[in-house]
Amino acid sequence: MISAWLIALLQALLCAALAPLLVGWVRKVKARLQNRRGAPVLQPYSDLRKLLFKETRVAHTASPLFRIAPYIVFVATWLAAATVPLIALDLPTARIADIIVLVGLLALARFFLALAGMDVGTAFGGMGASREMMVSALAEPAMLMAVFTLAMTAHSTSLVSVMEHHLADGFVLRPSYLFAFGALILVALAECGRIPVDNPSTHLELTMIHEAMILEYTGRHLALMEWAAQIKLLLYGVLVANLFFPWGIGAAFGPLALGIGLAAVVVKLGVLGAALAVGETVLAKMRLFRVPAFLNLALLLGLLGLLSHVILEVGA
Amino acid sequence: MSLTAMTLLQQFVLLLAALALFLSFVLLAQPRLVAAIHVFAWQGGLVAAVTLTVAMAGDASHLYFSALLTFGLKALLIPWMLHRLTRRLGLARHTETLTRPALVIMAAVVLVIFSYWVVVPMVAQGLAFTRNIIAVSLAVVLIGLLMMVFRQQAVAQVLGFMSMENGLFLAAVSATAGMPLVVELGVAFDVLVAMVLFGVFFFQIRESIDSLDVDRLNRLTETNEVEGAS
Repeated sequence: MISAWLIALLQALLCAALAPLLVGWVRKVKARLQNRRGAPVLQPYSDLRKLLFKETRVAHTASPLFRIAPYIVFVATWLAAATVPLIALDLPTARIADIIVLVGLLALARFFLALAGMDVGTAFGGMGASREMMVSALAEPAMLMAVFTLAMTAHSTSLVSVMEHHLADGFVLRPSYLFAFGALILVALAECGRIPVDNPSTHLELTMIHEAMILEYTGRHLALMEWAAQIKLLLYGVLVANLFFPWGIGAAFGPLALGIGLAAVVVKLGVLGAALAVGETVLAKMRLFRVPAFLNLALLLGLLGLLSHVILEVGA
Repeated sequence: MSLTAMTLLQQFVLLLAALALFLSFVLLAQPRLVAAIHVFAWQGGLVAAVTLTVAMAGDASHLYFSALLTFGLKALLIPWMLHRLTRRLGLARHTETLTRPALVIMAAVVLVIFSYWVVVPMVAQGLAFTRNIIAVSLAVVLIGLLMMVFRQQAVAQVLGFMSMENGLFLAAVSATAGMPLVVELGVAFDVLVAMVLFGVFFFQIRESIDSLDVDRLNRLTETNEVEGAS
């Protein structure tokens, strides 16, 4: 029992440690695709360290909430990431918290992020917060629809049961999984602020969403906010990789199984990150008012996943 | 029979049918005419692929021919004819403004649920592994009908009609493992003749009202009457 908790702790630390690496990898691949040499893969670590040791300044008009928000956002996102099985399946954290708790923790982080964006009272913060709320209000139902599709197949909302069920079934072509996969990819792009919805690499005032909310932060506050965003990207990556392709994840707690699990998840995330970089190079950012149509497509895919599960997959 | 009890080829048939249903939704909400024609071509290709896979999985050799016929007709010939028509009508870059697309999509989702509800007693009979597709094909038919009601552009309405035919063909393949060859050839030529007639009609409509927006057909007669009365 204690060893299980230790492994859960190890996995949570691994989540936080791997997150900047994933972002660095995506940036590197993207730079190479655009014929640039790009920053080293480990650059996000240096950025975080630099920010953590810088002086932290706070605006005069900021309330205590502005100071607390980075910690809440970071902890909630990190907790959410800790509930997703990364290298081993049978974790106590994943047994306690199911998919709905995961979505709730992410919503908590988003709520405080938006509040903090509005707190100082600058125009950009409020604009970013309202945009973030619009995107997330549309993305959340689509995400729930997609995960419910998986949950209906496994008859459980626990991520561990979904993955165990998938592993036990072997290779089955499920139309519902295909639709849920599409929906979850679209939601992940919107929630992590990646390219068709938000551009993570610019501070362009008219289009930014996430950057607008954290514009007033400096020093360690900014470091925590950035780190939380990186963990969120990792979380969605692991969710997509391990829910739909769970092969390789450690079913037992032996060092060999954990090692294979780690190698498998690193390979899967590497492939997903490269695919994300290719997508971001090929696509252009869409207008903000096109985003509802984009997320409607995600909702439709989720709904079709549910329906095709009921119509096509359940034996009469 | 649940999904895990099927062979991989049979699962693949269901996957293709589900994708054809998804393309029906895309067709319904695609405002660009040329893109919609491409979507229709893909749907025809998917229906042909379903037929081919059913033939391989169910060992029904006469379906190979109808798969070939469907592919040639629905995925190549008719889209090409429509393409040529839109170019000759000067509609190649035409974009239709859709009113409340999200609402229409939800109506289509309701149609899917309705067709499932209609088909449930039929499925209980237990025909073949393809019986689950009947609900999907009925939904494709109904969504094609919805598209004819909802779209104002005449070419888009024809696309809805043609995708209805796709749904009917899918139903025939899934319920009875294909119609007799004579019937199939007859239907294929009917569709082809309909396509040619539609082409003639497009030019007629455009000559008389200078547009292919079918809504203007009603409006024009009404104003004419008013003018004639006054």
